[in-house]
Amino acid sequence: MNTKSVEPSAAKESSVKLRRYHAAVWDEPLILEMGVTGRRGQHYPPPEAMVTAAVGDPLQLVPAALRRSASPELPEMSEPDVLRHYLHLAQETLGMMGISLFGTCTMKYNPRLGEAFAALPEFAELHPGQDARTLQGVLGIIWRFDRILRSLSGMDQFVFQAGGGAEAAYTHACVTRAWLAARGELGKRNQVITSIQSHPCNPATAAAAGFEVVTLMLGERGYPSLDALRAAVSDRTAALMINNPDDMGIYNPEIKEWVRIVHEAGGLCFYDHANFNGVMSKIRARDLGFDACMFMLHKTFGAPKGGGGPAVGAYGCSADLVPFLPGPLVTQRGDFFALEDPGVHSVGKIREYLGNVQQVLKAYVWARAMGLDGVAKASDMSVILNNYMEKELLKIRGVTRSHPNIDGWRLEMTRFSLEKLYEDTGVTVFDVQNRMVDFGIDAFWLAHEPWVVPHPFTPEAGEMWSREDVDYWIAVLRRISDEAYSNPEIVRTAPHNQVIGKLRGAALDEPDNWAMTWRAYRRKHRTG
Amino acid sequence: MASEKNRETRAHPYMPNSVPAIERQLLREVGVDSAEELFAQIPADHRAAEFPGFPPTLSSEVELSRHVGDLLSKNLDCRRNLSFLGGGIWQHHVPAVCDEIVRRSEFTTNVWGTPSSDHGRNQAWFEFQSQLGELLDLELVGLPVYSWGTAVGNALRMASRITGRRRVLLPRCLDPDRRGVISNFCEPVGTGSHLTIVEIDADRATGRLDLADLRAKLGADVAAVYFENPAYLGAMETGAAEITGLAHAAGAQAIVGVDPISLGILSPPSAYGADIAVGSTQPLGVHMSCGGGAGGFIATRDEPIYAKEYPTLLLSATETHAGELGFSLALFHQTSYGSRELGKDWTGNSTYLYTVANAAFMALLGPDGFRELGELIVARARYAAGLLAEIPGVRVPGAQSCFKEFVVDFSSTHRTVSAINDALRARGIFGGIDLSRSFPELGQSSLYCVTEVHSAADLQRLVATVREVCAS
Repeated sequence: MNTKSVEPSAAKESSVKLRRYHAAVWDEPLILEMGVTGRRGQHYPPPEAMVTAAVGDPLQLVPAALRRSASPELPEMSEPDVLRHYLHLAQETLGMMGISLFGTCTMKYNPRLGEAFAALPEFAELHPGQDARTLQGVLGIIWRFDRILRSLSGMDQFVFQAGGGAEAAYTHACVTRAWLAARGELGKRNQVITSIQSHPCNPATAAAAGFEVVTLMLGERGYPSLDALRAAVSDRTAALMINNPDDMGIYNPEIKEWVRIVHEAGGLCFYDHANFNGVMSKIRARDLGFDACMFMLHKTFGAPKGGGGPAVGAYGCSADLVPFLPGPLVTQRGDFFALEDPGVHSVGKIREYLGNVQQVLKAYVWARAMGLDGVAKASDMSVILNNYMEKELLKIRGVTRSHPNIDGWRLEMTRFSLEKLYEDTGVTVFDVQNRMVDFGIDAFWLAHEPWVVPHPFTPEAGEMWSREDVDYWIAVLRRISDEAYSNPEIVRTAPHNQVIGKLRGAALDEPDNWAMTWRAYRRKHRTG
Repeated sequence: MASEKNRETRAHPYMPNSVPAIERQLLREVGVDSAEELFAQIPADHRAAEFPGFPPTLSSEVELSRHVGDLLSKNLDCRRNLSFLGGGIWQHHVPAVCDEIVRRSEFTTNVWGTPSSDHGRNQAWFEFQSQLGELLDLELVGLPVYSWGTAVGNALRMASRITGRRRVLLPRCLDPDRRGVISNFCEPVGTGSHLTIVEIDADRATGRLDLADLRAKLGADVAAVYFENPAYLGAMETGAAEITGLAHAAGAQAIVGVDPISLGILSPPSAYGADIAVGSTQPLGVHMSCGGGAGGFIATRDEPIYAKEYPTLLLSATETHAGELGFSLALFHQTSYGSRELGKDWTGNSTYLYTVANAAFMALLGPDGFRELGELIVARARYAAGLLAEIPGVRVPGAQSCFKEFVVDFSSTHRTVSAINDALRARGIFGGIDLSRSFPELGQSSLYCVTEVHSAADLQRLVATVREVCAS
């Protein structure tokens, strides 16, 4: 398919020496199997004498019909045992101790200064219902960070309610509904156009918000053709939801024309900036004509992804769409930061309160530490390092690159394929993932569904990993390729140096197999 | 001058390759003279010339730390002040062990690896699902969603898909933020995914659901009845079993929002007939963080009709070839990651990190800790409610039915909640949530929240201060 092989003859012998590595293994039992009756990890004081004198026996305060009869079967443990249990589990997690070039995420370093500030009582012990006069610090940070994103995008207002990139896409679907309703076009314009390479959250949130999804396939150049777009737009077009560059590091140079066509048809244009590194400080979504855009503050702006949130999808839009935004908005009146109620056209709430503002705080810390020059440098570094990495990876036997017909430099990411390795050796991308973690580096990202490239993998070097780290990562992949051709069994049966071995392949899609709680697991698999 | 030049070219602390010599070397190996050449894909007329308004760089931590510290010092927090705010984010004690664990770099990380390299984290997530399942007495718990409101929205849509019906019943008295989130999941009319929301009246005195109104509005087109226990205005819902019975008789799903911190003393929702339980994970060892501590759970019986409608990632226990316990995602294909627009609603990054704190919290408390905590909270809340009700002009209609929150009606004091809260704040107290705008029928009422962090002395101080403010 669309992949290109580079002969391995050019490969210089790696000078990188692979370290000895083995993950910490504690054989840590499940906490539900731990504990001894009567042990305690936390005491609460009894109600004061004056309280019981006034209200009586606390248990009698619960109506009999609602009183819990059987205690929950939670473990009974001492505090140090709970601490040690979770320290063991922390050690059984590779986390940032390894090297993780996890693609499609523009992962950043998470400055510990942001974590330290988020932990302070003057932040952690704030209630969102407090009077704005008591929240001037946090509202000031939200206001300032909004200005930073406006600077980078050209948009006129950002909101931070969305708890992740997907929820920012959902915000756009909701804003589009409200915009259509205000124009009397809700129900008439009911289609959202996206591409097969867009993140699944774009079509999924559009569908959840009640839109039909029109998905454009990729053309020869690695992005859908203008003809395909022209054929898709109509008086039913509500919005375009698109990323650029896509996950293959390919920038759509016709994107301005796309925006013009969609606008002419009467729809809105939303720029999903999940892959921001490649264009960060190079272009601005509003300048290209987009009506709205989204940035992930986790990942792209230095707040931790935390294995899956808490996150923030910062949603920004043009002045025309501001009346439809979820509220409240943070506004400045003189020296005072106020919370302004949304107007009658607002979508209301996407998520409760002001969103994950601790992540806004951390993103603000990152952005100020980087500065505009640093942000531009990060974009440069990530693109330089990706192209360096691409050159080296294509020297490895069995590795090819997507869209060989498209010459030129990829941006911050390249999509590779292990189809050749698979055809030659029978080793799969999943096998390679499992083998990578034997070397103390974390597995690569493959690709979002559906796979446009067979046996895909998508590393992203970014700007936080040193050249030595990237060389090490490349050396591991070279080693695994060598193994695949010389001793594939060691790859197929990996991992060997990890906390646990390879999972049985059984699909967990049948009621007899899945078990989302320990109680269910015991009932299904540990009887008799 | 030499040192100024050094400053211009010195490497950034977050970017190891920003050493000029390294950058030059990399460019040489790529085969270009400058980074600019690598951006050739982007047409010149797409390039932005200016980024106005970006503030100056503070790359030295000492300067940045001072700046952010100065900003944060403008906040007044609930530790240095006495706060009675609740309503969906509550001030509970966070055990130090929870903070220690959840802040570990292995968990507070960007990385997503394999079932082996993520094993410890997966186990912590599974322990969250399993322990919450014990508290709720339900065998199927998903990884969390963004918030309680999101969980309700997802659950209503699950119920709609299960029943094939499109009308949902909600209590009239719900937290306005939560209600707003739910509305976006259901509305507006005219979209393909539309669910019609019908509100059920609440008893004015207790906040409990009005059963007669519920009976009148139930019908063969109702997908789900949603209610909360305790209710938003604080009352323990003594009619819970009757509500779920009525829902089931109409062929509807019963969805219950519960406060997990109450489950040491209150019946689990399954005991009174809940089909889907939802709620907030924040009380279980997560700081309020101005609302950023929010997280939502969805739990059900372990039955395929429910399992196959979850939009969230579901982590299942499984085995390795060698028979070790491991963890992997079940029913992944039904998520938006697996099926794009054909998936169940959508999922994405959520609030998974906090499940680690939740798991440690539940293990620290154990069954006796949850019971003690529940008893302490309900006793102190009733104590505070009783004392406030003794103040002339102040009514506390739910004083005998609350768990940790209750309505304080100041109407007869002829003062607004807003004015009372201003006066309290001047005395170092954050009064309850002002209900007068959201629920004008309640007059000048405020929702007060009392938890284990409030000692009897704190409560006496509150009462004395309210008395003083109302008399002044």
